[in-house]
Amino acid sequence: MTYSSILIQFLNGLASASSLFLVAAGLSLIFGVTRIVNFAHGSLYMLGMYVAVGLAGQIGFWWSVPLAALAVAGFGALVEALLLRRIYGAPELLQALATFALVLVVKDYTLWQWGPEDILGPRAPGLDGAVTIAGNRFPEYDLFLIAFGPLVLAALWLLLKRTRWGTLVRAATQDREMASALGVNQRWLFTSVFTLGACLAGLGGALQIPREPATLLIDLSVVVDAFVVVVIGGLGSIPGAFVAAFLIAEIKAFCIGLGYSTLTLVIEFIVMAVVLVIRPWGLFGRKPVLPRGPGAIERPLTPPSRTVIAALVAVTAALALLPLAYGGYTLVLMVDILIFALFAVSLHFIMGPGGLHSFGHAAYFGLGAYGAGLLAVRAGAPMEVSLAFAPLLAGLGALVFGWFCVRLSGVYLTMLTLAFAQIIWSIVFQWDDFTGGSNGIVGLWPAPWLASKTAYYYLTLVSCVAAIALLWRVLYSPFGYALRAARDSPTRADAIGMDVRQLQWAGFAVAGLFAGIAGALYAFSKGSISPETMAVSRSVDGLVIVLLGGIQTLTGPVWGAALFTWLQDTMARNIDYWRAVIGAVILLLVLAFPQGITGFVAERLEQRRT
Amino acid sequence: MLEVRGLNAGYGPAKILFDLALKAAPGEVVVLLGRNGAGKSTTLKSIMGLLRLHAGEVTFEGRRIDRLPTYRIARLGLGYVPEDRRIFTDLTVMENLEVGRQAPRADAPHWSPERLFTLFPNLGRMQDRLGGRMSGGEQQMLTIARTLIGNPKAVLLDEPSEGLAPVIVEQMAQTILEMKKSGLCVLLCEQNLHFAHLVGDRAYVIEKGHLRYSGSMAELERDDAVREQFLSV
Repeated sequence: MTYSSILIQFLNGLASASSLFLVAAGLSLIFGVTRIVNFAHGSLYMLGMYVAVGLAGQIGFWWSVPLAALAVAGFGALVEALLLRRIYGAPELLQALATFALVLVVKDYTLWQWGPEDILGPRAPGLDGAVTIAGNRFPEYDLFLIAFGPLVLAALWLLLKRTRWGTLVRAATQDREMASALGVNQRWLFTSVFTLGACLAGLGGALQIPREPATLLIDLSVVVDAFVVVVIGGLGSIPGAFVAAFLIAEIKAFCIGLGYSTLTLVIEFIVMAVVLVIRPWGLFGRKPVLPRGPGAIERPLTPPSRTVIAALVAVTAALALLPLAYGGYTLVLMVDILIFALFAVSLHFIMGPGGLHSFGHAAYFGLGAYGAGLLAVRAGAPMEVSLAFAPLLAGLGALVFGWFCVRLSGVYLTMLTLAFAQIIWSIVFQWDDFTGGSNGIVGLWPAPWLASKTAYYYLTLVSCVAAIALLWRVLYSPFGYALRAARDSPTRADAIGMDVRQLQWAGFAVAGLFAGIAGALYAFSKGSISPETMAVSRSVDGLVIVLLGGIQTLTGPVWGAALFTWLQDTMARNIDYWRAVIGAVILLLVLAFPQGITGFVAERLEQRRT
Repeated sequence: MLEVRGLNAGYGPAKILFDLALKAAPGEVVVLLGRNGAGKSTTLKSIMGLLRLHAGEVTFEGRRIDRLPTYRIARLGLGYVPEDRRIFTDLTVMENLEVGRQAPRADAPHWSPERLFTLFPNLGRMQDRLGGRMSGGEQQMLTIARTLIGNPKAVLLDEPSEGLAPVIVEQMAQTILEMKKSGLCVLLCEQNLHFAHLVGDRAYVIEKGHLRYSGSMAELERDDAVREQFLSV
């Protein structure tokens, strides 16, 4: 690399950093004050892009940018007032789920409004040329972006440090309850912060249109990038977001410049993992203040009553008889439901009783699936052997990653689980020779004696029921009680001689192992696997299932899996805009049952009893 | 001015307070006494709307406030000083005061920064100091100043003497008497009986969430049995 090409890559990095900073700053502000992890932030960015592209044709690029930002800000204000305001009291994972449902709705709206094709944006009039820097051509517009990022940083800094509003925002970021006890109206503050955050995201999107086309895929990729930036910088810190955006954009630019462009998919997650291991609260973050007082008390997980056990046995018996009455597609769907039930129960195991909120559980599902696929296809192992050993790979992966994860807590832990899942995903995605890359592995057939749909159904039924029963049994073993003790009061558990980290580490590995069983069964039921098997959306599916079922219930994940898998299957086959419908259903459920469906039923039953 | 009737409250399934009733008038310092864990802080939090009541009502100047959000209660002129101070550590002294600032009220004493700095000269000398870089005593002064600058009519004080050096405790007592003199209604939680005697007019004693005694401070002083039964450690 010559000196001048280093300079150009550096400038490229700076230009990307500006737009990344705008999104990340909004996300950070919103999280700081409202404590909501806003998955829809990337969707706001995407809306900004599409609105600007749409408007630019009529009123010109320079007018379309501020108008798009304002339109997105208005949309943000509506979302806050109509939706988020109702769920500030709900558990934070449920809030995250609601924002994820919003992602689905916005995506389908965009698809409906602007169509599936990528749309190229206009060039910026007046800045559409290039200048020569050290012998290389460099776009003028990128120079403008390089200057714009620091200007926004300065404006935000002044706003936060020099106005009453900024003082209140900083106070609420630290202690909302105390701020309200001093007469600060949180509602108004939350709405204004969310609106500003949305405006910044929309602005970031609109400013990006001369550089890249508007695409429907941008929402999740932007929000994941923004999360990484915010977590590296330290949640709630605007200067942190700026430095982290700079760091990530530069590292990515140099990966491309040095010819390692495939690394860009994974490098930011590696950086995040390294930063979190060294500085668990990000570069500019500080150790979060522990909640005061007893905090939220989780409802105790009582052992299932005889009636519940009898009902579960009856359901299992009915499932065993199912192939007598139904065949074909019903059995295929039932296999899916059973597999996802096991996946969800394993996620629930570590999230509910374990208290570790994993956003990357699909990694272990995928490791199980790929373990099975690779053993069968690359090593030529018989299917039975592949099925038996594949979960061990998932367990091993969970053991390695878990070691890092249990050292963190809260949102940081969640983001690290996501980072690890993305690292695995991009390895699988890029290692064409071994994993088949984006094509995946095909030709995974069950052994002849399991080849019929009915036989495979029975294999799945027996494996999943046994695995679920075992996991539930573990929850009522001393280990299970110790896990809950470590969740509810780590300090006290520590003081009575429990090794909290060791416990959580073991729990994490167990959950990974069982997700691996589900993954291995999945691989042979489908006949082929692709990186999709372990994509973010699968982790989110798992979360949706667990949260719908009710996180502090025992059997909830199973009912959640049945409902969700059936719903998704039916919708995807019959409705064009099924994502929006699922999103809307999730939103309604979150608004109506903030405790999950099973949690809601349990609460009603309890009320009737007392 | 402030009245609580049939108050029941707690955290989740845990019940802490049972049918509590109390009253406080303007220009009066009422002390809520009880051992650790008796429910004193929970009482103040319930009044302030930081905790949802299971049952009961709270009235302030004849108006029901038990269903209002916390910030509305604060804006009606009810100030709250929490026991763990809860200073905004990232904000300077002046910024902490800015968060608490409210418009002057015709029927309540007005506290300007200048007046507060006369009351707490230390704070006046460290206006740009970050909250996190102050000593415990200075933070305690700031937390009271931060509440007073909202020009409240009544103040809930949660164990202001806790963890302070004796000379600062003395100063704290002077501050409370000053507040009383200006016509404020003060409801004070204490474990420190000596401190309570310095400032209190009337006292309520609670034990395990039940009201066990109410009377004037002077009467309580003479009543060894009550003190022995509910307050001695």
